[in-house]
Amino acid sequence: MPASINGMFEEVGEVAFLARDVSRNLVRRPFEARLLVEQLDSIGVRSLNVVNLTAVFSGMVLALQMGQFLGKFGAKIYVSRIMGLSLLREMGPVLTALMIGARVGAGITAELGSMTVTEQIDAMRALASNPIKKLVVPRVLACTLMMPVLTVIADAVGLFGGLIIAVAELGLTARYFYTSLLQNMVLSDLLSGLGKAVFFGYVISIIACHKGLTATGGADGVGRATTSAVVAAAISVLVSDFFLTKLFLST
Amino acid sequence: MSASPAAEPLIAVRGLAKSFNGKQVLRGVDLEVMTGETLVVLGGSGEGKTVLLRHMNGLLRPDRGSVWFSGQKLNDLDENALGEVRKQVAMVFQLGALFDSLSVFDNVSYPLREHTKLSEAQIRDRVRELMRAVDLGDGRVESLYPAELSGGMRKRVALARALALRPRAVLYDEPTTGLDPLVTDRIVGMIRSLQKQFGYTSVVVTHDLKSGFAVGDRFALLDQGRIRFAGSADEVRASSDELIREFLRTAL
Repeated sequence: MPASINGMFEEVGEVAFLARDVSRNLVRRPFEARLLVEQLDSIGVRSLNVVNLTAVFSGMVLALQMGQFLGKFGAKIYVSRIMGLSLLREMGPVLTALMIGARVGAGITAELGSMTVTEQIDAMRALASNPIKKLVVPRVLACTLMMPVLTVIADAVGLFGGLIIAVAELGLTARYFYTSLLQNMVLSDLLSGLGKAVFFGYVISIIACHKGLTATGGADGVGRATTSAVVAAAISVLVSDFFLTKLFLST
Repeated sequence: MSASPAAEPLIAVRGLAKSFNGKQVLRGVDLEVMTGETLVVLGGSGEGKTVLLRHMNGLLRPDRGSVWFSGQKLNDLDENALGEVRKQVAMVFQLGALFDSLSVFDNVSYPLREHTKLSEAQIRDRVRELMRAVDLGDGRVESLYPAELSGGMRKRVALARALALRPRAVLYDEPTTGLDPLVTDRIVGMIRSLQKQFGYTSVVVTHDLKSGFAVGDRFALLDQGRIRFAGSADEVRASSDELIREFLRTAL
Protein backbone atom coordinates (compact mmCIF):
# COMPACT_ATOMS: atom_id res chain seq x y z
CA MET A 1 0.00 0.00 0.00
CA PRO A 2 1.42 3.45 -0.85
CA ALA A 3 2.77 5.36 2.14
CA SER A 4 0.30 8.23 1.69
CA ILE A 5 -2.72 5.92 1.92
CA ASN A 6 -1.18 4.21 4.91
CA GLY A 7 -0.62 7.60 6.51
CA MET A 8 -4.23 8.56 5.86
CA PHE A 9 -5.55 5.45 7.59
CA GLU A 10 -3.15 6.06 10.46
CA GLU A 11 -4.44 9.57 10.83
CA VAL A 12 -8.07 8.46 10.78
CA GLY A 13 -7.15 6.01 13.54
CA GLU A 14 -5.52 8.77 15.59
CA VAL A 15 -8.60 10.96 15.21
CA ALA A 16 -10.71 8.02 16.41
CA PHE A 17 -8.50 7.66 19.49
CA LEU A 18 -8.86 11.36 20.20
CA ALA A 19 -12.64 11.01 19.82
CA ARG A 20 -12.56 8.19 22.36
CA ASP A 21 -10.51 10.28 24.81
CA VAL A 22 -12.93 13.16 24.36
CA SER A 23 -15.92 10.94 25.16
CA ARG A 24 -14.20 9.61 28.26
CA ASN A 25 -13.33 13.07 29.51
CA LEU A 26 -16.77 14.39 28.69
CA VAL A 27 -18.31 12.43 31.53
CA ARG A 28 -15.43 12.85 33.96
CA ARG A 29 -15.88 15.38 36.72
CA PRO A 30 -15.43 18.26 37.34
CA PHE A 31 -17.37 19.72 34.45
CA GLU A 32 -15.55 22.79 33.12
CA ALA A 33 -18.54 25.07 32.59
CA ARG A 34 -16.54 28.29 32.39
CA LEU A 35 -14.28 26.97 29.62
CA LEU A 36 -17.33 25.75 27.70
CA VAL A 37 -19.04 29.14 27.90
CA GLU A 38 -15.87 30.84 26.61
CA GLN A 39 -15.82 28.50 23.63
CA LEU A 40 -19.56 28.82 22.96
CA ASP A 41 -18.93 32.53 22.69
CA SER A 42 -15.81 32.37 20.54
CA ILE A 43 -17.03 29.55 18.29
CA GLY A 44 -20.73 30.36 18.15
CA VAL A 45 -21.49 33.99 18.82
CA ARG A 46 -18.44 35.36 17.04
CA SER A 47 -19.18 33.30 13.92
CA LEU A 48 -22.60 34.87 13.47
CA ASN A 49 -21.48 37.65 11.13
CA VAL A 50 -19.65 35.47 8.66
CA VAL A 51 -22.38 32.82 8.71
CA ASN A 52 -25.13 35.38 8.21
CA LEU A 53 -23.34 37.13 5.39
CA THR A 54 -22.77 33.84 3.59
CA ALA A 55 -26.37 32.78 4.13
CA VAL A 56 -28.06 35.96 2.96
CA PHE A 57 -26.11 36.10 -0.29
CA SER A 58 -26.51 32.39 -0.96
CA GLY A 59 -30.26 32.76 -0.43
CA MET A 60 -30.38 35.70 -2.79
CA VAL A 61 -28.38 33.93 -5.50
CA LEU A 62 -30.52 30.83 -5.16
CA ALA A 63 -33.70 32.86 -5.57
CA LEU A 64 -32.30 34.68 -8.60
CA GLN A 65 -31.22 31.50 -10.37
CA MET A 66 -34.40 29.62 -9.52
CA GLY A 67 -36.58 32.54 -10.48
CA GLN A 68 -34.82 32.85 -13.84
CA PHE A 69 -35.04 29.15 -14.55
CA LEU A 70 -38.56 28.50 -13.27
CA GLY A 71 -39.79 31.66 -14.97
CA LYS A 72 -39.24 29.96 -18.34
CA PHE A 73 -41.93 27.46 -17.43
CA GLY A 74 -44.12 29.96 -15.67
CA ALA A 75 -43.30 28.23 -12.42
CA LYS A 76 -41.88 31.15 -10.42
CA ILE A 77 -44.35 30.44 -7.67
CA TYR A 78 -42.35 27.35 -6.74
CA VAL A 79 -39.30 29.41 -5.84
CA SER A 80 -39.96 29.44 -2.11
CA ARG A 81 -40.55 25.73 -1.74
CA ILE A 82 -37.46 24.80 -3.75
CA MET A 83 -35.47 27.30 -1.73
CA GLY A 84 -36.80 25.92 1.52
CA LEU A 85 -35.87 22.41 0.56
CA SER A 86 -32.37 23.18 -0.65
CA LEU A 87 -31.54 25.59 2.17
CA LEU A 88 -32.86 23.53 5.06
CA ARG A 89 -31.60 20.20 3.83
CA GLU A 90 -28.34 21.11 2.11
CA MET A 91 -27.06 24.61 1.78
CA GLY A 92 -27.77 25.76 5.31
CA PRO A 93 -25.78 23.04 7.07
CA VAL A 94 -23.09 22.63 4.40
CA LEU A 95 -22.30 26.31 3.87
CA THR A 96 -22.34 26.93 7.60
CA ALA A 97 -20.02 23.97 8.11
CA LEU A 98 -17.61 25.20 5.44
CA MET A 99 -17.51 28.66 7.01
CA ILE A 100 -17.08 27.22 10.51
CA GLY A 101 -14.45 24.83 9.21
CA ALA A 102 -12.52 27.77 7.80
CA ARG A 103 -12.98 30.19 10.66
CA VAL A 104 -13.21 28.01 13.74
CA GLY A 105 -11.28 24.98 12.49
CA ALA A 106 -8.32 27.10 11.45
CA GLY A 107 -8.48 29.01 14.72
CA ILE A 108 -8.52 25.88 16.87
CA THR A 109 -5.63 24.27 14.97
CA ALA A 110 -3.51 27.41 15.04
CA GLU A 111 -4.11 27.92 18.76
CA LEU A 112 -3.54 24.33 19.87
CA GLY A 113 -0.74 23.94 17.32
CA SER A 114 1.26 26.85 18.67
CA MET A 115 0.68 25.57 22.21
CA THR A 116 1.98 22.18 21.10
CA VAL A 117 5.16 23.39 19.41
CA THR A 118 6.03 25.68 22.34
CA GLU A 119 5.59 22.75 24.78
CA GLN A 120 2.62 24.38 26.50
CA ILE A 121 0.56 21.22 26.03
CA ASP A 122 3.36 19.19 27.61
CA ALA A 123 3.60 21.77 30.37
CA MET A 124 -0.10 21.28 31.09
CA ARG A 125 0.42 17.54 31.36
CA ALA A 126 3.53 18.08 33.50
CA LEU A 127 1.40 20.22 35.83
CA ALA A 128 -0.96 17.26 36.23
CA SER A 129 -3.63 19.00 34.19
CA ASN A 130 -5.42 17.24 31.35
CA PRO A 131 -5.24 19.06 27.98
CA ILE A 132 -8.01 16.89 26.51
CA LYS A 133 -10.36 17.94 29.27
CA LYS A 134 -9.20 21.55 29.46
CA LEU A 135 -8.76 22.34 25.78
CA VAL A 136 -10.27 19.72 23.50
CA VAL A 137 -13.55 18.85 25.25
CA PRO A 138 -14.81 22.46 25.52
CA ARG A 139 -13.97 23.13 21.85
CA VAL A 140 -15.57 19.94 20.54
CA LEU A 141 -18.62 20.38 22.72
CA ALA A 142 -19.06 24.05 21.82
CA CYS A 143 -18.64 23.42 18.10
CA THR A 144 -21.05 20.47 18.14
CA LEU A 145 -23.66 22.46 20.06
CA MET A 146 -23.27 25.67 18.09
CA MET A 147 -23.36 24.22 14.57
CA PRO A 148 -27.11 23.42 14.64
CA VAL A 149 -27.86 26.79 16.24
CA LEU A 150 -25.88 28.63 13.58
CA THR A 151 -27.51 26.47 10.91
CA VAL A 152 -31.03 27.42 12.01
CA ILE A 153 -30.01 31.05 11.91
CA ALA A 154 -28.38 30.57 8.49
CA ASP A 155 -31.56 28.87 7.20
CA ALA A 156 -33.67 31.77 8.39
CA VAL A 157 -31.32 34.43 7.06
CA GLY A 158 -30.94 32.60 3.75
CA LEU A 159 -34.71 32.37 3.31
CA PHE A 160 -34.93 36.05 4.15
CA GLY A 161 -32.42 36.77 1.37
CA GLY A 162 -34.56 34.71 -0.99
CA LEU A 163 -37.66 36.56 0.12
CA ILE A 164 -36.08 39.90 -0.72
CA ILE A 165 -35.25 38.75 -4.24
CA ALA A 166 -38.63 37.08 -4.69
CA VAL A 167 -40.38 40.32 -3.86
CA ALA A 168 -37.99 42.77 -5.52
CA GLU A 169 -37.10 40.85 -8.66
CA LEU A 170 -39.61 38.06 -9.25
CA GLY A 171 -42.77 39.94 -8.40
CA LEU A 172 -44.03 37.53 -5.75
CA THR A 173 -45.64 38.81 -2.58
CA ALA A 174 -44.00 38.20 0.77
CA ARG A 175 -47.18 36.61 2.03
CA TYR A 176 -47.31 34.15 -0.84
CA PHE A 177 -43.60 33.36 -0.41
CA TYR A 178 -43.92 32.23 3.15
CA THR A 179 -47.33 30.56 3.02
CA SER A 180 -46.13 28.45 0.14
CA LEU A 181 -42.95 27.77 2.06
CA LEU A 182 -44.73 26.74 5.25
CA GLN A 183 -47.25 24.59 3.39
CA ASN A 184 -44.56 22.52 1.77
CA MET A 185 -41.90 22.23 4.40
CA VAL A 186 -42.11 19.38 6.86
CA LEU A 187 -40.28 19.07 10.14
CA SER A 188 -38.01 16.35 8.79
CA ASP A 189 -36.56 18.81 6.26
CA LEU A 190 -35.34 20.95 9.11
CA LEU A 191 -34.28 18.04 11.29
CA SER A 192 -32.25 16.30 8.62
CA GLY A 193 -30.32 19.55 8.12
CA LEU A 194 -29.77 19.92 11.84
CA GLY A 195 -28.66 16.31 12.16
CA LYS A 196 -26.02 17.03 9.56
CA ALA A 197 -25.02 20.21 11.36
CA VAL A 198 -24.39 18.36 14.62
CA PHE A 199 -22.25 15.79 12.84
CA PHE A 200 -20.32 18.44 10.89
CA GLY A 201 -19.63 20.44 14.04
CA TYR A 202 -18.24 17.39 15.77
CA VAL A 203 -16.09 16.32 12.83
CA ILE A 204 -14.70 19.80 12.16
CA SER A 205 -13.69 20.36 15.76
CA ILE A 206 -12.21 16.95 16.39
CA ILE A 207 -10.11 17.15 13.19
CA ALA A 208 -8.97 20.68 14.07
CA CYS A 209 -7.99 19.63 17.61
CA HIS A 210 -6.15 16.59 16.31
CA LYS A 211 -4.19 18.63 13.76
CA GLY A 212 -3.29 21.15 16.43
CA LEU A 213 -2.15 18.60 19.00
CA THR A 214 0.02 16.80 16.45
CA ALA A 215 1.66 19.89 14.94
CA THR A 216 5.46 19.73 14.83
CA GLY A 217 8.27 22.00 13.76
CA GLY A 218 7.64 25.56 14.90
CA ALA A 219 5.65 28.29 13.17
CA ASP A 220 6.03 26.59 9.82
CA GLY A 221 4.53 23.40 11.21
CA VAL A 222 1.59 25.29 12.72
CA GLY A 223 0.92 26.85 9.33
CA ARG A 224 0.94 23.47 7.62
CA ALA A 225 -1.28 21.94 10.30
CA THR A 226 -3.78 24.79 9.94
CA THR A 227 -3.96 24.47 6.17
CA SER A 228 -4.43 20.73 6.32
CA ALA A 229 -7.07 21.07 9.06
CA VAL A 230 -9.18 23.37 6.88
CA VAL A 231 -8.79 21.12 3.83
CA ALA A 232 -9.55 17.96 5.83
CA ALA A 233 -12.57 19.59 7.46
CA ALA A 234 -13.99 20.76 4.13
CA ILE A 235 -13.48 17.38 2.47
CA SER A 236 -14.96 15.53 5.43
CA VAL A 237 -18.00 17.79 5.40
CA LEU A 238 -18.65 17.39 1.67
CA VAL A 239 -18.04 13.65 1.59
CA SER A 240 -20.02 12.88 4.73
CA ASP A 241 -22.83 15.12 3.47
CA PHE A 242 -23.42 12.70 0.63
CA PHE A 243 -23.67 9.71 2.93
CA LEU A 244 -25.78 11.54 5.50
CA THR A 245 -28.15 12.64 2.75
CA LYS A 246 -28.43 9.06 1.57
CA LEU A 247 -29.08 7.96 5.13
CA PHE A 248 -31.70 10.62 5.86
CA LEU A 249 -33.50 10.11 2.55
CA SER A 250 -33.75 6.38 3.08
CA THR A 251 -35.20 6.64 6.57
CA MET B 1 20.70 18.02 52.82
CA SER B 2 21.96 17.32 49.35
CA ALA B 3 25.10 15.70 50.70
CA SER B 4 23.31 12.84 52.43
CA PRO B 5 21.44 10.84 49.83
CA ALA B 6 19.31 8.06 51.23
CA ALA B 7 19.92 4.49 50.09
CA GLU B 8 16.58 4.26 48.30
CA PRO B 9 16.54 6.01 44.90
CA LEU B 10 13.66 8.45 44.44
CA ILE B 11 13.72 8.01 40.67
CA ALA B 12 15.03 4.88 38.99
CA VAL B 13 15.36 4.19 35.29
CA ARG B 14 16.03 0.59 34.28
CA GLY B 15 16.95 -0.61 30.80
CA LEU B 16 15.05 2.24 29.21
CA ALA B 17 14.84 2.13 25.42
CA LYS B 18 12.95 4.53 23.19
CA SER B 19 12.87 5.16 19.49
CA PHE B 20 11.06 7.70 17.34
CA ASN B 21 10.10 6.96 13.73
CA GLY B 22 12.53 4.06 13.61
CA LYS B 23 15.41 6.09 15.06
CA GLN B 24 16.72 4.52 18.25
CA VAL B 25 17.36 7.35 20.74
CA LEU B 26 17.77 5.50 24.04
CA ARG B 27 19.21 1.98 23.97
CA GLY B 28 19.01 0.77 27.54
CA VAL B 29 19.55 3.55 30.07
CA ASP B 30 20.10 2.61 33.70
CA LEU B 31 20.10 5.50 36.12
CA GLU B 32 19.22 6.16 39.75
CA VAL B 33 18.48 9.49 41.34
CA MET B 34 18.89 9.49 45.11
CA THR B 35 16.61 11.45 47.40
CA GLY B 36 17.87 14.97 47.96
CA GLU B 37 20.67 14.95 45.43
CA THR B 38 21.11 16.99 42.28
CA LEU B 39 21.98 14.73 39.37
CA VAL B 40 23.29 16.35 36.21
CA VAL B 41 22.80 14.42 32.99
CA LEU B 42 25.36 15.54 30.43
CA GLY B 43 25.42 14.79 26.75
CA GLY B 44 25.71 16.34 23.34
CA SER B 45 22.78 17.72 21.38
CA GLY B 46 20.45 15.06 20.07
CA GLU B 47 21.72 12.40 22.47
CA GLY B 48 18.28 12.01 24.01
CA LYS B 49 18.78 13.85 27.30
CA THR B 50 15.40 15.50 27.05
CA VAL B 51 13.82 12.20 26.01
CA LEU B 52 15.27 10.59 29.13
CA LEU B 53 14.00 13.43 31.31
CA ARG B 54 10.50 13.20 29.83
CA HIS B 55 10.25 9.60 30.94
CA MET B 56 10.81 10.58 34.56
CA ASN B 57 7.39 12.24 34.86
CA GLY B 58 5.66 9.98 32.36
CA LEU B 59 5.37 12.51 29.52
CA LEU B 60 6.84 9.74 27.37
CA ARG B 61 6.31 6.02 27.74
CA PRO B 62 9.19 3.54 27.40
CA ASP B 63 9.39 1.15 24.45
CA ARG B 64 11.34 -1.18 26.73
CA GLY B 65 12.54 -0.97 30.31
CA SER B 66 10.89 0.76 33.23
CA VAL B 67 10.81 4.03 35.13
CA TRP B 68 10.13 4.18 38.87
CA PHE B 69 9.26 7.05 41.14
CA SER B 70 9.30 6.45 44.87
CA GLY B 71 8.85 2.72 44.38
CA GLN B 72 5.98 3.15 41.92
CA LYS B 73 6.34 1.88 38.36
CA LEU B 74 5.26 4.62 35.95
CA ASN B 75 4.83 2.25 32.99
CA ASP B 76 1.64 0.84 34.48
CA LEU B 77 -0.05 4.14 35.25
CA ASP B 78 -2.67 5.81 33.06
CA GLU B 79 -2.67 9.55 32.40
CA ASN B 80 -4.80 10.27 35.48
CA ALA B 81 -2.66 8.25 37.85
CA LEU B 82 0.42 9.90 36.35
CA GLY B 83 -1.14 13.20 37.37
CA GLU B 84 -0.61 12.27 41.00
CA VAL B 85 3.07 11.56 40.26
CA ARG B 86 3.45 14.81 38.31
CA LYS B 87 2.24 16.82 41.28
CA GLN B 88 5.37 15.53 43.02
CA VAL B 89 7.76 15.62 40.05
CA ALA B 90 7.76 19.09 38.57
CA MET B 91 9.36 19.96 35.25
CA VAL B 92 11.00 23.18 34.08
CA PHE B 93 10.91 23.30 30.28
CA GLN B 94 13.72 24.57 28.11
CA LEU B 95 11.95 27.72 26.99
CA GLY B 96 9.71 27.95 30.02
CA ALA B 97 6.55 26.77 28.25
CA LEU B 98 4.52 29.41 30.06
CA PHE B 99 0.89 29.67 28.98
CA ASP B 100 0.79 32.55 26.48
CA SER B 101 -2.81 33.38 27.18
CA LEU B 102 -2.32 33.78 30.93
CA SER B 103 -0.52 36.51 32.87
CA VAL B 104 2.53 35.69 34.97
CA PHE B 105 0.35 35.63 38.08
CA ASP B 106 -2.15 33.24 36.48
CA ASN B 107 0.68 31.05 35.22
CA VAL B 108 2.22 30.67 38.66
CA SER B 109 -1.14 30.22 40.37
CA TYR B 110 -2.35 27.72 37.73
CA PRO B 111 -1.25 24.56 39.59
CA LEU B 112 -2.62 25.99 42.85
CA ARG B 113 -6.04 26.62 41.35
CA GLU B 114 -6.03 23.23 39.65
CA HIS B 115 -4.97 21.09 42.55
CA THR B 116 -5.53 22.91 45.84
CA LYS B 117 -8.49 24.41 47.60
CA LEU B 118 -6.64 27.56 48.68
CA SER B 119 -8.60 30.79 48.96
CA GLU B 120 -7.83 33.74 46.67
CA ALA B 121 -5.89 35.43 49.47
CA GLN B 122 -3.87 32.32 50.17
CA ILE B 123 -3.13 31.91 46.46
CA ARG B 124 -1.93 35.52 46.31
CA ASP B 125 0.36 34.96 49.29
CA ARG B 126 1.73 31.75 47.87
CA VAL B 127 2.40 33.31 44.45
CA ARG B 128 4.12 36.27 46.13
CA GLU B 129 6.27 33.85 48.10
CA LEU B 130 7.19 31.85 44.98
CA MET B 131 8.00 35.00 43.03
CA ARG B 132 10.26 36.14 45.87
CA ALA B 133 12.03 32.78 45.72
CA VAL B 134 12.99 33.44 42.10
CA ASP B 135 13.91 37.10 42.75
CA LEU B 136 10.82 38.52 41.08
CA GLY B 137 9.09 39.45 44.30
CA ASP B 138 8.68 43.16 43.67
CA GLY B 139 5.25 42.57 42.13
CA ARG B 140 6.10 44.31 38.87
CA VAL B 141 5.94 41.33 36.53
CA GLU B 142 2.85 39.57 37.89
CA SER B 143 0.45 41.34 35.57
CA LEU B 144 2.68 40.97 32.49
CA TYR B 145 2.20 38.30 29.83
CA PRO B 146 4.93 35.78 28.89
CA ALA B 147 5.55 37.52 25.55
CA GLU B 148 6.60 40.65 27.47
CA LEU B 149 9.32 38.86 29.48
CA SER B 150 12.99 38.28 28.69
CA GLY B 151 14.26 34.71 28.28
CA GLY B 152 15.81 34.66 31.75
CA MET B 153 12.67 36.01 33.39
CA ARG B 154 10.56 33.44 31.59
CA LYS B 155 12.71 30.67 33.02
CA ARG B 156 12.42 32.11 36.51
CA VAL B 157 8.65 32.34 36.24
CA ALA B 158 8.60 28.76 34.92
CA LEU B 159 10.66 27.74 37.94
CA ALA B 160 8.23 29.48 40.29
CA ARG B 161 5.32 27.70 38.60
CA ALA B 162 7.10 24.34 38.88
CA LEU B 163 7.66 24.84 42.62
CA ALA B 164 4.08 25.89 43.35
CA LEU B 165 2.92 22.49 44.60
CA ARG B 166 6.08 21.92 46.67
CA PRO B 167 7.30 18.99 44.56
CA ARG B 168 9.61 16.29 45.85
CA ALA B 169 11.64 16.37 42.65
CA VAL B 170 12.27 18.95 39.93
CA LEU B 171 13.36 18.06 36.39
CA TYR B 172 15.21 20.79 34.53
CA ASP B 173 15.45 20.64 30.74
CA GLU B 174 18.49 22.66 29.60
CA PRO B 175 17.99 25.40 32.19
CA THR B 176 20.77 27.64 30.87
CA THR B 177 20.51 27.17 27.11
CA GLY B 178 20.09 30.38 25.19
CA LEU B 179 20.93 32.69 28.08
CA ASP B 180 23.81 35.14 28.28
CA PRO B 181 26.61 34.30 30.77
CA LEU B 182 25.39 36.70 33.47
CA VAL B 183 21.84 35.39 33.41
CA THR B 184 23.21 31.84 33.25
CA ASP B 185 25.15 32.41 36.47
CA ARG B 186 22.08 33.81 38.10
CA ILE B 187 19.85 30.89 37.10
CA VAL B 188 22.51 28.41 38.20
CA GLY B 189 22.80 30.13 41.57
CA MET B 190 19.04 30.08 41.89
CA ILE B 191 18.74 26.38 41.10
CA ARG B 192 21.38 25.67 43.75
CA SER B 193 19.93 27.89 46.46
CA LEU B 194 16.32 26.82 45.92
CA GLN B 195 17.36 23.20 46.08
CA LYS B 196 19.15 23.89 49.38
CA GLN B 197 16.22 25.89 50.71
CA PHE B 198 13.49 23.38 49.87
CA GLY B 199 15.53 20.16 49.85
CA TYR B 200 13.93 18.62 46.80
CA THR B 201 15.68 16.19 44.47
CA SER B 202 16.80 17.60 41.13
CA VAL B 203 17.67 16.21 37.74
CA VAL B 204 19.30 18.69 35.39
CA VAL B 205 19.98 17.84 31.77
CA THR B 206 22.48 20.11 30.06
CA HIS B 207 25.28 20.12 27.54
CA ASP B 208 26.96 22.88 29.53
CA LEU B 209 29.38 21.19 31.92
CA LYS B 210 30.35 24.47 33.56
CA SER B 211 26.79 25.14 34.76
CA GLY B 212 26.50 21.44 35.49
CA PHE B 213 29.45 21.56 37.87
CA ALA B 214 27.97 24.56 39.61
CA VAL B 215 24.70 22.81 40.48
CA GLY B 216 25.39 19.08 40.53
CA ASP B 217 26.26 16.57 43.24
CA ARG B 218 26.59 13.73 40.81
CA PHE B 219 27.00 13.48 37.06
CA ALA B 220 25.97 11.05 34.37
CA LEU B 221 27.08 11.16 30.78
CA LEU B 222 24.61 10.03 28.15
CA ASP B 223 26.22 8.81 24.97
CA GLN B 224 24.75 6.81 22.08
CA GLY B 225 21.65 5.94 24.03
CA ARG B 226 23.37 4.64 27.15
CA ILE B 227 24.85 6.04 30.35
CA ARG B 228 28.56 6.01 29.61
CA PHE B 229 29.73 7.28 32.95
CA ALA B 230 28.25 8.23 36.33
CA GLY B 231 30.06 9.69 39.29
CA SER B 232 30.89 12.67 41.51
CA ALA B 233 32.55 15.89 40.37
CA ASP B 234 35.93 14.59 41.49
CA GLU B 235 35.40 11.36 39.61
CA VAL B 236 34.52 13.37 36.52
CA ARG B 237 37.72 15.40 36.83
CA ALA B 238 39.79 12.29 37.42
CA SER B 239 38.22 10.30 34.61
CA SER B 240 40.34 9.19 31.72
CA ASP B 241 37.32 8.68 29.51
CA GLU B 242 37.91 10.43 26.20
CA LEU B 243 34.47 11.97 25.89
CA ILE B 244 34.56 13.24 29.48
CA ARG B 245 37.97 14.83 28.85
CA GLU B 246 36.45 16.54 25.85
CA PHE B 247 33.54 17.87 27.91
CA LEU B 248 36.00 19.04 30.56
CA ARG B 249 37.99 20.98 27.99
CA THR B 250 34.90 22.90 26.92
CA ALA B 251 34.06 23.71 30.51
CA LEU B 252 37.38 25.33 31.33
